[in-house]
Amino acid sequence: MSAPGGGRILLTAFVALVLTVLPLPPWLDVLRPVFLVLAVLYWSVNAPRTGDIALGFFAGLALDVFQGPVLGQHALALALVTYIAVREHQRIRSKPAFQQALIVFAALAVYEFVLFAIDGWSGHPVTSPLRWVHTVTGALLWPPVAAILAYGSRGRA
Amino acid sequence: MAAFGTPAGRPWQGRGGSAGLRFTLYAAVAVVVMYLDQRQHYLEQLRYVLQAAAYPIQLAVNSPPAAWHWISGSFESRERLQAENARLRAAQRDLELRSMRYEALARENGELRGLRAALPPVADRWLAAEIVSVQLSSLRHRLLINRGAVNGVFKAQAVLDDRGLIGQTAHVGPWSAEVILITDPEHAVPVRIERTGLRTIAVGAGDATSLGLPYLPSNADIKSGDLLVTSGLGGVFPEGYPVARVTAVHRDAVQPLAQVRAEPLAHVDTDSEVMLVWFRADRPTPPPTGKPLGELKSGIPSLQPQAVPPRPQSAAPGPPAAPQPARARPPAAVPRKQPAEPQATEPAGAPRAAEPKAATPQPAPPEPATSEPPKQEPPTPQPDAPPAKEQQ
Repeated sequence: MSAPGGGRILLTAFVALVLTVLPLPPWLDVLRPVFLVLAVLYWSVNAPRTGDIALGFFAGLALDVFQGPVLGQHALALALVTYIAVREHQRIRSKPAFQQALIVFAALAVYEFVLFAIDGWSGHPVTSPLRWVHTVTGALLWPPVAAILAYGSRGRA
Repeated sequence: MAAFGTPAGRPWQGRGGSAGLRFTLYAAVAVVVMYLDQRQHYLEQLRYVLQAAAYPIQLAVNSPPAAWHWISGSFESRERLQAENARLRAAQRDLELRSMRYEALARENGELRGLRAALPPVADRWLAAEIVSVQLSSLRHRLLINRGAVNGVFKAQAVLDDRGLIGQTAHVGPWSAEVILITDPEHAVPVRIERTGLRTIAVGAGDATSLGLPYLPSNADIKSGDLLVTSGLGGVFPEGYPVARVTAVHRDAVQPLAQVRAEPLAHVDTDSEVMLVWFRADRPTPPPTGKPLGELKSGIPSLQPQAVPPRPQSAAPGPPAAPQPARARPPAAVPRKQPAEPQATEPAGAPRAAEPKAATPQPAPPEPATSEPPKQEPPTPQPDAPPAKEQQ
């Protein structure tokens, strides 16, 4: 697979951001995975040269602007997850989809834990278990999301 | 492990050093940004710019619901619109009558306070803002509205709807502002129980239909149905605006604090518009001194001489009208006692003269029959009784 250009990555990241902040009814909102994190994870694993820690950082900053109580919270969490993904991209890429989904679940859990920790540190802890739901749905949706992104990058590149 | 991140021949990674180094760099930047944003509030400018950049996306993302709303609104039937029009006319008439009464009350209140104490601030200017998006998760209760710094919106400005308080602006961008709702778990609003005047704090509970009052002792005088209004403390919300109605009071004998729930009066989920309010401190103008005011004649007659304007002027410049009734009361209380004492001693003196030793237990029965004096009196006549006895 040839690495897609930065423009395509930005486009998919933008679409994922829109999907992430799209208004939904509350019950669906709980279930919604953070699509932007999934997209960033995909590009970190499959195009580690362009989809880099910088992508994770700035995508996280965008999330902060839309839904972060503290600027930099999502940026740190997503930069960490991107770093892990970039470092282990060859191992992750060679795994079958099911195992990839498990790894994504772990990555999303790390991501959410960082957010959770910073929430507590900055004085507004949210201990509702509902905040962890999206890690499961994100992992479940990983195979289709990865397939769509792979189709896009193969079809046009 | 470094071999994983930086295989040979990767210009992008070679440029910025190893992945670990770059991650450390970005993490450090993120931590610094968080610290500045959280502790120092240095980043208002950056927030302002970012909010401006995010606004088009937020508008676009929320356009489908808005378009649906517009379409369904433009196809409403004629009868429904007429019915709504009639309802709004009635509501407007009602409000006009009420505002007339309010002005009379404000004037009367100004007089009673001697025109010195400032009244609670009144709404100076209103600006309607449309809700662009609503965030109601368990973590965050926020609104995005389509008014920003360009319209004069400032941070920590009160936001109301026609039923009650909604929240305050948290971040202001040039064309948009983020409103933190009173139901947000991070938000607390100083309130007063309207019935009793008891002040406390209402904290967002994280769901859209309830506030918690966590700081009330379990013997506090509060019950279901009480109205909570803003207390004016804290300086963000002016005094007297309705906030919520108490729905549940749970008192546990073991817990020192009562568990009280209240339901906000504002309905964010059905509103499409909110009101941004600018307040100014209100100093009512003195009423015309020449002619008597009609409102006062209907009041309690004993209050009327105090309310006549010349009195506060003739009184000392310092104290407002409020001390006057307080000053009037002690004299009223003292004379009452002075005539009471002779009355109590004279009739009580005769039985006491017969049985001087048993004076302490016995006077109690005759006293209620002899005169009205309240029960504080018995201690006072008894010290007086021995001198009276000696005189006899």
